[in-house]
Amino acid sequence: MAHDLAHELPQVGAHDAHHHPSGVMRWIQTTNHKDIGIMYLIFAITMLLTGGAMILGVRAELFQPGLQFMQPEFFNQLITLHGLIMVFGFAMPAATGLANYMLPMVLGAPDMALPRLNNWGFWILPPAAVMLVLPFFLGIMGVGPGAVDTGWTMYAPLSVQSGWGMDFAIFAVHMLGVSSILGSINVIVTILNMRAPGMTLMKMPLFAHGFLMTAILLITIMPVFAGGVTMVLMDRHFGTHFFTAAGGGDPVLWQHIFWFMGHPEVYVLLLPICGVVPHVLTAFSRKTVYGYKAQVYAMWGIAVLAVMVWAHHMFTSGMSTGAQMYFMYSTMLISLPLAVLFFCWIATLWRGSLSFETPMLFAVGFIILFGWGGLTGLVLADAAADPQYHNGYFLVAHFHYALYPTTVMGAMAGIYYWLPKWTGHMLDERLGKIHFWIVMLGFNLTFIPQFLVGLGGMPRRIPDYPLMFAEWNMLSSIGAFILGSSHLLFIYIVVKCVRGGKKAEARSWEGAQGLEWTVPSPAPYHTFEVQPTVE
Amino acid sequence: MRGVKKLVLGVFAALGFSSVWAAYTYSFPEPVTPIARETLHVHNLFMVIALTLFFAVLALMLYSFWAHHKSRRANAATFTGPSSRKQWLWTLLPFACLLILDYGVFGIPAFHAVKMYENTREDAELVVKVTGNQWFWQYEFPGQGVKYSSRLTTPRDQIDNLSPKGEHYLLEVDQPLVLPVNKKIRFITTSNDVIHSWWVPAFGVKRDAVPGFLREFWATVEKTGTYRGQCSELCGKEHGFMPVVVNVVSQEEFDTWLAGMKTAATAPGN
Repeated sequence: MAHDLAHELPQVGAHDAHHHPSGVMRWIQTTNHKDIGIMYLIFAITMLLTGGAMILGVRAELFQPGLQFMQPEFFNQLITLHGLIMVFGFAMPAATGLANYMLPMVLGAPDMALPRLNNWGFWILPPAAVMLVLPFFLGIMGVGPGAVDTGWTMYAPLSVQSGWGMDFAIFAVHMLGVSSILGSINVIVTILNMRAPGMTLMKMPLFAHGFLMTAILLITIMPVFAGGVTMVLMDRHFGTHFFTAAGGGDPVLWQHIFWFMGHPEVYVLLLPICGVVPHVLTAFSRKTVYGYKAQVYAMWGIAVLAVMVWAHHMFTSGMSTGAQMYFMYSTMLISLPLAVLFFCWIATLWRGSLSFETPMLFAVGFIILFGWGGLTGLVLADAAADPQYHNGYFLVAHFHYALYPTTVMGAMAGIYYWLPKWTGHMLDERLGKIHFWIVMLGFNLTFIPQFLVGLGGMPRRIPDYPLMFAEWNMLSSIGAFILGSSHLLFIYIVVKCVRGGKKAEARSWEGAQGLEWTVPSPAPYHTFEVQPTVE
Repeated sequence: MRGVKKLVLGVFAALGFSSVWAAYTYSFPEPVTPIARETLHVHNLFMVIALTLFFAVLALMLYSFWAHHKSRRANAATFTGPSSRKQWLWTLLPFACLLILDYGVFGIPAFHAVKMYENTREDAELVVKVTGNQWFWQYEFPGQGVKYSSRLTTPRDQIDNLSPKGEHYLLEVDQPLVLPVNKKIRFITTSNDVIHSWWVPAFGVKRDAVPGFLREFWATVEKTGTYRGQCSELCGKEHGFMPVVVNVVSQEEFDTWLAGMKTAATAPGN
């Protein structure tokens, strides 16, 4: 696909793009936002399959009580890598890929503001991913202790005690952090400087607002996290005692640092999708977005609250009564901006002229499932009730209801929506709809039982469990394999669409709005040679 | 498409029925402490409210999907926000309700529940120190000078599927914690290595055991019996194999047991 695009290169301009190298070097050296966007998305999908394969190993082990396929050491590596890979390897790069491809197009810009930085930002990712999983494969081959096995939260002092897979993970986190900071700088600079004339900040598409808030959050939290993992590294090798009480440190300090990154991280994953979804909803309800300003302010509200509520992940760690009260009540406040978003999304649909093509199905599925994920968060905010849910499967189900619909279904809504613009072909609607229903079936079958075993008292991160949890775990495992297979169908649909299909118009969907639909499909290599003007 | 939808509905229906008819665990165990009762109450209240909200909004959306479908409405409305005073009131109403729900319906009971949860020192009649280790629990009655460890007794054969699994598979230990009924127990947790977390679902309490620090909580168990739970903070490879078993007995039985433990501790060769 991208090769076809390359032939349509404008042969003018003093750019280096008009004599770009071919073959592999083209991809390694590219500074084009579309090329880099595609590479981000391919990387993300690879990571989705890797992290997914790992969790299917876990679900296979949990299919029945007893240890069937693996020992607990190996199990712990799988759950840890699943978490790290999905958050840092899949969800964030998928969002950055969407931003790279679409930001210049929705803003009316020729490219991202800092194209070389863009290239660098991407090419840090693959080595980081290799660094993260290398100890895992070495471990399988009998070399070394295996990958990081502390859970993605890497709680000290377990992470101080763990084998050298942990050092690889720390280094990988550093690189992933640098990559996302570079990407974020690029997003902020692009949004602030490259908007089409007439497009003031409050006329900018919500897509750009979502990514602006995400980028600001990332720049706020990633340096803190990098500092934190460096402290773990120092504890491990240089005799510092930041997190060990024996030398005057405090293990709970790590939790504060981790969750100062970890909680905003949830919104880092959510906000881009909050930017994508209104585009899809307006297109398929053939209506203008409802409550634009309210949505923008709600996103700002979420971003601000994000860095103020982290310790609600730590109610069982032990805190003063006052701190528990503060984190409980501030957490409840988040429901307000989220409710504003839900209200606006539904009001956007209301009295529209609705049709349900694949992107719309995924957007609506996101709203419904994420709605339940958000609602279950309410009871987890209750500092006195939280211990009963915390670190049980109820919690696992809750955050998967929050994260899967956003990072996977939301991103897929966006990808399906803009796929005709990228490839010049319409996607196979029949397969797309089948994909959606498989996702709905697989996802709910996986995680509804997890709510129930969680209430029954099953802790997370255990490779084997008491007999009373057997039936639900079996159902959950079946669901997980259905859900996993849906991603293969997704790849097939995308590849099929790249290869051919009904020719896409410039405005590929009847109700699609925005600057990106004013250029031909597929869009030219440098989308806007001449900046468009907004009213 | 029809077939897929039918299948989806079928599975959900099956799930719904199975949770009603089968004896699977699908909710909190019967609460036996004041905190667990309070938590169950909050949970039930929450489930009713959350499910009502969820299905009400879902119904609204489904209605919209049907009534505002392109086949029924060729022209979409053009409104982009509330325009009249009345519309503003209707728009703000859900948010007012949400705030009342957050800070009233949940917030006020939560305030008292947190206060209750943290009230560890008042009237405590017995102190138990719980120490996490990789991978077993140690229990100590500091006032009575009794200290022992509690380890998993499930045979390795059962875990490796070489022999049939027993009734309390993974939830059985050599020496359970023994507590008197109806006495306010103050628990102090700590750890010798990494962070563990002591959890008995029927007690509704869970607190991390943090190495080098003391954390505390309390429980008054109101019913005799054997209660089981597990470590709930990932603590290394045997994390899934360090259960918590608590025998709650009458004061007399407890006294006898304690005296026995003291004798055993001072017996020669120990």
